[in-house]
Amino acid sequence: MIAFLQLHAPALAVALPLAAAILLLALGNHAKRLAGFLFLAGLLSGACFAWATALRVIATGTPVDYVFGAPAGAGPLDNPAGIALRIAFRVDALGALCLLPAALLSCLAGHYSCASERVTTGGAFFRPLFLLLSAGVYGMLSTGDLFNFFVFLEITSLSGAALAAYRVDGGLATEAGFKYAALSSLATMAYLLGAALLIAQYDALNLRVLAQALNSHAPTALDTMAMVCLLSALLLKCGAFPLHQWVPDVYSRAPGGVSAFLLVSSQASLYALFRFAFALFPQFARLNGALLLLAGAFSMFVGVTAALAQHDVKRLISHHAVSQTGYMLLGAGAGLWWTAGAAGEGTLATDALASGLFHMVNYALYNSLLFLAAGAVIAATKRRDLDELGGLGHRMPVTAACFGLGAIAIAGLPPLSGFASKWGLYVTSFRLSPFWAVVAMAVGLMTLASFVKVFHSVFLGPQKEEFASVEEAPKAMTFPLVVLAVLTVLIGLFPGWTFDRLLGPAAAVLTGGAQ
Amino acid sequence: MTVLLENAPIAAAAAVFLLGVAMVLRERHLFRTLMGLSLVESAVNLLLVAIGYRHGGASPIYTLQTEEAAEKMVLPTVQALTLTSIVIGLATTAMLLAFAVTLHRTRGTLDIDELRSLRG
Repeated sequence: MIAFLQLHAPALAVALPLAAAILLLALGNHAKRLAGFLFLAGLLSGACFAWATALRVIATGTPVDYVFGAPAGAGPLDNPAGIALRIAFRVDALGALCLLPAALLSCLAGHYSCASERVTTGGAFFRPLFLLLSAGVYGMLSTGDLFNFFVFLEITSLSGAALAAYRVDGGLATEAGFKYAALSSLATMAYLLGAALLIAQYDALNLRVLAQALNSHAPTALDTMAMVCLLSALLLKCGAFPLHQWVPDVYSRAPGGVSAFLLVSSQASLYALFRFAFALFPQFARLNGALLLLAGAFSMFVGVTAALAQHDVKRLISHHAVSQTGYMLLGAGAGLWWTAGAAGEGTLATDALASGLFHMVNYALYNSLLFLAAGAVIAATKRRDLDELGGLGHRMPVTAACFGLGAIAIAGLPPLSGFASKWGLYVTSFRLSPFWAVVAMAVGLMTLASFVKVFHSVFLGPQKEEFASVEEAPKAMTFPLVVLAVLTVLIGLFPGWTFDRLLGPAAAVLTGGAQ
Repeated sequence: MTVLLENAPIAAAAAVFLLGVAMVLRERHLFRTLMGLSLVESAVNLLLVAIGYRHGGASPIYTLQTEEAAEKMVLPTVQALTLTSIVIGLATTAMLLAFAVTLHRTRGTLDIDELRSLRG
């Protein structure tokens, strides 16, 4: 039994949340307790299997291959014809690194949403969509197949847009959802176009087979077109400059728990962007590296300057999401630039990419912490304008403390996790050119200024009369906050452990240091 | 001449794709934006089917084939992808239409310029 579960863990992580979502839809509005149980069971079982797969990969140091419908242990090419016919999952150190925070956040954000939606809307429509989104994210992170990735990308896009829009909110949430769905569908069509151009030339969908085929000769014009389509689609989905306009609308209008998990689905696109740029198109490493560095620097700068002018607390954090994505692109861009360089620059490439990935994990934890805390404040006060909020530290001490820790982490102050990864990015980008490091540090200072303002105007100051009856958020909502805050502190205190165990192997997968 | 004929589906796909993108970018009515998106989807599907065509190949249906045709069967990967993509396109369009209906109910307009209230 255990061997069976272990063998099929990569597939079960996707299948169980999907099955739970379909059952929940069939239940409709009946059997409320059973529905709640199904929701949590689907989320938890999916997360457990995702964790089991990821931990197995990290513990053994070898990737897990899972080929649908094939005998146990068979690789994607193990058939008489020697071609990749079946859909194959492949979780390597990089996928495992991304699965860990994704699975954790699906549970925390789902738990939080159950409580917060009971307070604010009383409905539970979000449950099947949330399960679909988590299944889609696990699929994107585990698949080793170009088209299968497209299907999961569409599942996350559709369920993410529906989640962002389901509250309607006088049409504002619907507008954000429409924008997200329309832009996502343009992006996914560009992705499919790029995939079609690759299939037409190489008759393959498996990523490893494609990588080999692509790099056995000088790139053709169609390869270049395919690369532009694939990478720009993923750049839009991860919310980076110049395709970031949907980010503030969608994240700020979605409920707190939903924005926290939508951010994870954007991270899954970022993961694919890194994987494709490094593994499929290494012949364009210099060009792509330069473009990612530029996109990163602009995302950082544009995001943070837009955030400085904001008065809506969630919109402000959403602009910071763009800015933080820029840091990760900076790390990956520097890494990509160095992979094309002289032989001695391999470790530099691995270090730069590892810092970018470190920031990706930290960002997923602290930015969702900020979204959840802001959602708790909005749910308690029914206000989201910084000028109207104030003095809430007296009434909501736990939320205030957790938000404070998240704010310190995003601003990059020691000793929290944001400092550890930003420090790595400063050092590695400085080696490339001091310019990038200076931009990153300047943006870090502006982030600090912005969050000093937020924390001050929401939580500090004398208690306001209209908030005298505000209560601390229920335990079901503060529990995820505390977990995330503790993790942010722990990673900040022990960055070396995280770096050696998780990040080094993950970055080496792409920069060629291993396998 | 044959080169032109052979590449006609691909040229048609490119033309429909560009038309769709132009509609998404230029039109102000939400329904027209959606039509543009559908055009883009159709263009990509057309391209997929076009690259899946093999001259002189046989369709991969075992029951009705002769021995000789079985040698020339085409692996229908791309056709399977196209079917999946059509279903996904249907779901996307349906959801976007539902959003448009909700927007019209709550805001009373489908003009993009009048709807744009999320800024900054």
